[in-house]
Amino acid sequence: MRLTLDIWRQKGPAAAGRFETYSVEANEHMSFLEMLDVLNQDLIAQGKEPVAFDSDCREGICGMCGFVVNGVPHGPSNHTTVCQTHMRHFRDGERLRLEPWRAAAFPVVKDLVVDRSSFDRIIQAGGFVSVRTGAAVDANAMLVEKSKADRAMTAAACIGCGACVAACPNAAAALFTGAKVMHLGLLPQGQPERIDRAMSMVAQYAEEGFGHCTTIGECEAVCPAHVPLEAIAFLNGDYLRATFRKREEVAAAGAG
Amino acid sequence: MSLDARIPSGPIDRKWSTFKKETKLVNPANKRKYTVIVVGTGLAGASCSASLGEMGYNVLSFCFQDTPRRAHSIAAQGGINAAKNYHNDGDSVHRLFYDTIKGGDFRAREANVYRLAEVSTNIIDQCTAQGVPFAREYGGTLANRSFGGAQVSRTFYARGQTGQQLLLGAYSALSRQIGAGTVKHRSRIEMLDLVVVDGRARGIVTRDLVSGKIESFLADAVVLATGGYGNVFYLSTNAKGSNATAIWRAHRRGAFMANPCYTQIHPTCIPKSGDYQSKLTLMSESLRNDGRIWVPKKKGDKRPPDQIPEDERDYYLERIYPSYGNLAPRDVSSRQAKYRCDEGLGVGPSGLGVYLDFTQAMQRLGQKVIAERYGNLFDMYAKITGEDPYQVPMRIYPAAHYAMGGLWVDYHLMSNLPGLFVLGEANFSDHGANRLGASALMQGLADGYFVAPYTIGDYLASPGRTPVDAGHAAVKEAEGAARAHTEKLLAVGGKRSVDSFHRELGSVMWEEVGMARSAESLGRALKRIPEIRQEFWKDVRILGSGAELNGELEKAGRVADFLEFGELLAWDALQRNESCGGHFRVEYATPEGEAARNDAEYAHVAAWEWKGEGQRQALHKEPLAFETVHLATRSYK
Amino acid sequence: MSVASKTIAAPAPGRITLFWASSIGKKALMALTGIVLFLYVLGHLLGNLQLYLGPDSTGAQAIDRYARFLHESKGLLWTARTVIGLSFLVHAVAGIQLHLAKAAARPVPYHQKESVNSTVASRTMIWTGVLILGFVVYHLLHLTVGSAHPDFREGQVFHNVTVGLARGGAALAYVVAMVALGFHLRHGLYSLFQSLGAGNPAITRNVYVVAAWVGTAIALANLSFPLAALVGFGRG
Ligand SMILES: Cc1cc2nc3c(=O)[nH]c(=O)nc-3n(C[C@H](O)[C@H](O)[C@H](O)COP(=O)(O)OP(=O)(O)OC[C@H]3O[C@@H](n4cnc5c(N)ncnc54)[C@H](O)[C@@H]3O)c2cc1C
Ligand code: HEM
Ligand code: HEM
Ligand code: SF4
Ligand code: F3S
Ligand code: FES
Repeated sequence: MRLTLDIWRQKGPAAAGRFETYSVEANEHMSFLEMLDVLNQDLIAQGKEPVAFDSDCREGICGMCGFVVNGVPHGPSNHTTVCQTHMRHFRDGERLRLEPWRAAAFPVVKDLVVDRSSFDRIIQAGGFVSVRTGAAVDANAMLVEKSKADRAMTAAACIGCGACVAACPNAAAALFTGAKVMHLGLLPQGQPERIDRAMSMVAQYAEEGFGHCTTIGECEAVCPAHVPLEAIAFLNGDYLRATFRKREEVAAAGAG
Repeated sequence: MSLDARIPSGPIDRKWSTFKKETKLVNPANKRKYTVIVVGTGLAGASCSASLGEMGYNVLSFCFQDTPRRAHSIAAQGGINAAKNYHNDGDSVHRLFYDTIKGGDFRAREANVYRLAEVSTNIIDQCTAQGVPFAREYGGTLANRSFGGAQVSRTFYARGQTGQQLLLGAYSALSRQIGAGTVKHRSRIEMLDLVVVDGRARGIVTRDLVSGKIESFLADAVVLATGGYGNVFYLSTNAKGSNATAIWRAHRRGAFMANPCYTQIHPTCIPKSGDYQSKLTLMSESLRNDGRIWVPKKKGDKRPPDQIPEDERDYYLERIYPSYGNLAPRDVSSRQAKYRCDEGLGVGPSGLGVYLDFTQAMQRLGQKVIAERYGNLFDMYAKITGEDPYQVPMRIYPAAHYAMGGLWVDYHLMSNLPGLFVLGEANFSDHGANRLGASALMQGLADGYFVAPYTIGDYLASPGRTPVDAGHAAVKEAEGAARAHTEKLLAVGGKRSVDSFHRELGSVMWEEVGMARSAESLGRALKRIPEIRQEFWKDVRILGSGAELNGELEKAGRVADFLEFGELLAWDALQRNESCGGHFRVEYATPEGEAARNDAEYAHVAAWEWKGEGQRQALHKEPLAFETVHLATRSYK
Repeated sequence: MSVASKTIAAPAPGRITLFWASSIGKKALMALTGIVLFLYVLGHLLGNLQLYLGPDSTGAQAIDRYARFLHESKGLLWTARTVIGLSFLVHAVAGIQLHLAKAAARPVPYHQKESVNSTVASRTMIWTGVLILGFVVYHLLHLTVGSAHPDFREGQVFHNVTVGLARGGAALAYVVAMVALGFHLRHGLYSLFQSLGAGNPAITRNVYVVAAWVGTAIALANLSFPLAALVGFGRG
C-alpha cells in the first residue's frame, strides 16, 4: 500500500516548524512505527535527514511513543498506542497528517518528539507513598478488598504517554494526574498522605501550565491504558476535600 | 589477576547476615559528602538511587529515555518470584534457592543466589507498601500464580503488567527523592565511557541526547544498572533502545565480562511477520499456566487448528516432560519448539511457529476468568496479529529475550574495578546459564533495594580514594575519547543505514550463535562479525550533526559496540565446550537432545579481560563450588 | 533535559485564594453556582407556565397575580435577586477566565484535530454561556425594566409576554437563547457531578442521560412561550 504523509518537521525547540510531504510504500502487517522506519530508511538513502520520533518498547507499555495522526492522538484505533497501531487500519492511497503533541507543558524537542518532563515533576510533587526501604510491614498485614485493588490497578495502568493532554481541547492533564491520585487514594497504603498528595500535585499541575478540565471526555477516548474518566472526579473530590481539610488545619494552627 | 568473589565465610544461610554484621557503616553526617553515580532507572537503578538518596548520599541518576519511568523493566509482564509461601504449598527460601540454582543449570554462584532468595520476601513487602497494586484474592490477601521451572505458586503479579507496576513503584520512590533533592536526575543522557582513576571507577562521560553536549560527572562510586544486551540479536523482545554500550565501555576500561554466551531465548513470542520487523513481542510465560502447546502430528498439515482432531495433535511438552509439561523451563521449551519446526511440523505462514491453545482452559474456567488473568496479553496479541486468541489458538515462536551474562561482579556486586558496581540484568550474577521466569524482576529489586545500598556503603567507608577533579588527565582522556568516537562515526559518511548493519549482525547472531550452536556455526560467526564491523566503519551513513537530537547517531554508537560485543559472545560460546541452560552446543547433547553439561571442565564462570583493539580477550576462571546443592543433571521429566 | 529543572511548587498557604486560583476550585464554584442558576431557571419556568392557566374567576390573569405576589414580598424578591445575580457573576467570570486560560495551555494550535467522542454541547459551553448572558441582559430590559418593550405595562406580565414575544425579532432572540440554554444544561448538569468529585461510573452514566433529557425539556418548554405568542396566543 502507498501512503502520502504530511509530517511536522521542526529542527529544535526554538526553530519554526512546517509540514513536509512524503510518500512511502507500506504493507498491512507493519506497525505504524515500522512504516516510519521504512520511510526513514528511504530518506537516509536519499541523503535526507530522517524524521525524529520517540519510541522504545514498541509494545504499548513504556509510553514513549506518541504523536497525532489525522487529528487523533496515537491514531485511529482508539485505546492503542501508535507503536501498537498496525497498518491494516489504513487504506491504500490514504493521506496522513502527523503532528506532535501540542501543549505549553509539552514543548517540541524536534519533529514529532516532545518534552514530557512536566509529568515527572507532577509525580515528584506527591505521586508516591513515603516508605523507607526496609521499613515495610508484611505484605499481607494490610488486607485490601479485591474490588478496590482492581480499581487501583486500573488507574495505575497509566503509561504516562501524554495522549490525554494532546487530545484535550483544554490541554488538561487531569486524566494523568487523576490516575495517580486514584491509584494511591484507593489503597490503604495511600491514605496517610492522601490530602497533601492532591494539594501538591495540583499545585505543580498549575505550575506546569496544563489546562483545566471541563469534562469533555476526549482523553478517556484515546487513553491507551483505558484509564477511566472517574479518575478525574476522584482527583477533584480529593482536592476539594483537601482545601476544606487544610483550611481547618490552618485555622486550628491559629494562622486562620 | 585472580578473581576474589569476597563471599563471607560460614554456612550459606548465615553469609548475608554475617556480611551485614561486619559491614563498615558510613557516619550519617558524612553521607552527604559522598557522591554516587547511578546509570539506569530500571528496577535495579531506580530502587538503588532511591534507597541511596534516602540514606543521605548525594546521588546522580541518568537514563537515556525521556523519563526514568520508561526503563525497559516496564515491559515485564508475568510476575515476580518471592519465597513467601503464602500458598502454603511447601515453598521456602531454600526451595527458591534450589530451583534457581537448578534452573540455572548449575552455573550460578550459590552464595549470591541464596541471598537473592533470602531478600525476595522483603521485596514484596516493600513494593506493597509503596502501593504496587498486586493481584489479590477475595479475602484481601495477595494472589500468586505458578511459573516455568517451579512446582510451587510463588509468583506475584499485577495483571499482565507486573514489571510496569514494580517499576512505577521504584520510580515513585525515586521521584520522591528527586523532589526532596537528594537525587539529581537527568533524562535523555547516554553514558559513553567510564572514568577510571588509579584503577578505581570514579565517574562517567555522557552525551546529552538533545543538545549533543559531551560532559563528564565524577563520583566516589559508579553504579551501572543498564540492562541486558539481548539486542545484539537485532530482533529481540527488548526495547529498541536497550544496549550494551555502558557495560561494553566499562569492559574496555578493564571490567571483566562474564559468560556473555549465556543468552536466553524465550519460548513464547509472536512469530516474525516480515523483514521490516523492528522487534519481537513476548507473550508472557504465565500463559503457559493455562495454555497448552502443540503442533500437528502430520507434516505440513495446513488445516485450521480447530479442524485438527485431538489425536492428530502432539502436545509435545506434556509428552516429553510429564511432570512439568507446559511449564518446562525456557531453554528446554524453546529448543523443543525449534526441533518441531526443523522437523517441518511448524504452523503459520512461515512454518516457524507452534500453537498455544486456550480452548480447553476456556471450557474449564470460562472466558471471563481467562480474560481476567491474561486480558491485556490477549489484546496485545490481537492488535499485532489481527487474530482473536479467544477464537483461534495463538501462534508462538522463540525469540532472544534475556542476558544471563554481563559484567563480572563479586558478592558485593562490585566488578573487578573497585568502585564499579553492576546491578540487575547488566551483571552476570544470579541466573547461571538460564534464568527462571519471574526471577529477573526479583533480582533487579533485590540488588537495588536490599544489597547494593549496604555493599556500596561498605566500599565508601573504606579508605583509598584520592580526590579527583574535572581537570584530571584521566577525565580529559575519557572525554576526548568519547568526543573522538562520536566524530569518527559522523565522519564515515558512507552509504548504508545503521539499521542495515544491525540487521545483518542480528541475523548472523541468530543463525549461528542462537538456539543451537556448533563449532562450525561459531567459526562462521567469528569470521563474519569482524567483516561486518569493517564494512560498518567504511560505509555507515549518519546524517545530521552531533549537536542535536540525532537518533541515527545514538543507534550507530550502540551498534558499533554490539559489533564488538557480538564477537566476544561467539568466542565465549566457542570456548565453552559443553551445553548448559541457554548455551546449547549441538556437539554436546544427550541422546534425547537435552543439554549435556561437562562439570569436570566447565563448572566455572568465564570472565573475559579486554586486551586492547584487535586482541582476543584474556580468560579468567572463577571456579563454582556447589556445597549446598549437589551437582545433578537437570530433569523436568 | 533536567527533570528537576523547574521547581516543585509547594502548596500556597492561603487555601481560599488557592481555591479560586486553582482550576479545580473554580470548576467547583461553577458547579455550585450552576446549580443555583439551574434551580432558578426551573422555578422561573414553572412560574411562567402559569401563562397557560389564562384568566381566573375574577378575570385577572393567574400569572399576573403570581407576579404581583412576588413583587409584594420585597424581602424574598431581593434576596433572590442578590443570590441569582451573584451566582451569575461568579459563574460567568469563572467561565470566561477558564476559557481565556485555555489559549495559554496550547499556544500552538493543531492544524488538524478530530473529536473522537465528545458532545458538541461540551465543546461549546463558553459560547452557549455567553449567549445566555447576552440574552439575560436583553431579557431584563425587555420584560423586567421594559425599556426594550414596545408596549410595556408594569405588572401586566401576561400582556407583556404575549405582546412582547409576538414580534419576530424578539421571538428569534428568545428561540436562539433557549436552544443555547438547552445545550448548556445538557453538558453542564452532567459535568457538575464530576467537578464536585462524584465519579462513580454507575451514577455518572445515568446522569449523562438524564442531563440530556432535562436540558431538552427545559429548552422546549421555554421555547413554547415565544412560539405560542407568535401564533397569536392570548391576543383575542
Ligand atoms: C518483554 C519482557 C518481559 C519480561 N518479563 C519478565 C517477567 O515477567 N519477570 C521477570 O522477572 N523478568 C522479566 N523480564 C526481564 C526483566 O524485565 C529485566 O531483566 C529487568 O527488568 C532488567 O531491569 P534492569 O533494571 O536491570 O534494566 P532495565 O530495566 O533495562 O533498565 C536499564 C536502564 O539503563 C538505562 N541505560 C541503558 N544504557 C544506558 C546508557 N548507555 N546510558 C544511560 N542510561 C542507560 C536505561 O535508560 C534504563 O533506565 C522481561 C523482559 C522483557 C524484555
Ligand atoms: C441560566 C444560566 C446558566 C446555567 C443554569 C448554567 C449552568 C452551568 C452548569 C451546571 C455548568 C457545569 C459546571 C461544572 O461542570 O462544574 C456550567 C458550566 C459552564 N458555564 Fe454555565 N450556566 C449558566 C450561565 C452561564 C453563563 C452566563 C456563562 C458565561 C458567559 C456560563 C459559562 C459556563 C462555562 C464556560 C461552563 C464550562 C465549565 C464546564 O464545562 O464545566 N454559563 N454552566
Ligand atoms: C421564553 C422564556 C422566558 C420567559 C417567557 C420569561 C419571562 C419573564 C418575565 C415575564 C419576567 C418578568 C417577571 C416580573 O417582572 O414579574 C422575567 C424576569 C426574569 N427572567 Fe425570564 N423568562 C424566560 C426565560 C428566562 C431565562 C432562560 C432566564 C435565565 C437564564 C430568565 C431570567 C430572568 C430574570 C433574571 C428575570 C428578572 C427577575 C426579577 O424580577 O428579578 N428568564 N422573565
Ligand atoms: S492517562 Fe492515559 S493518555 Fe494520559 S498519560 Fe496516562 S496512559 Fe497516556
Ligand atoms: S478531554 Fe479534557 S476536558 Fe477533561 S475530560 Fe478529558 S481532560
Ligand atoms: S514505544 Fe513503548 S508505548 Fe509505544
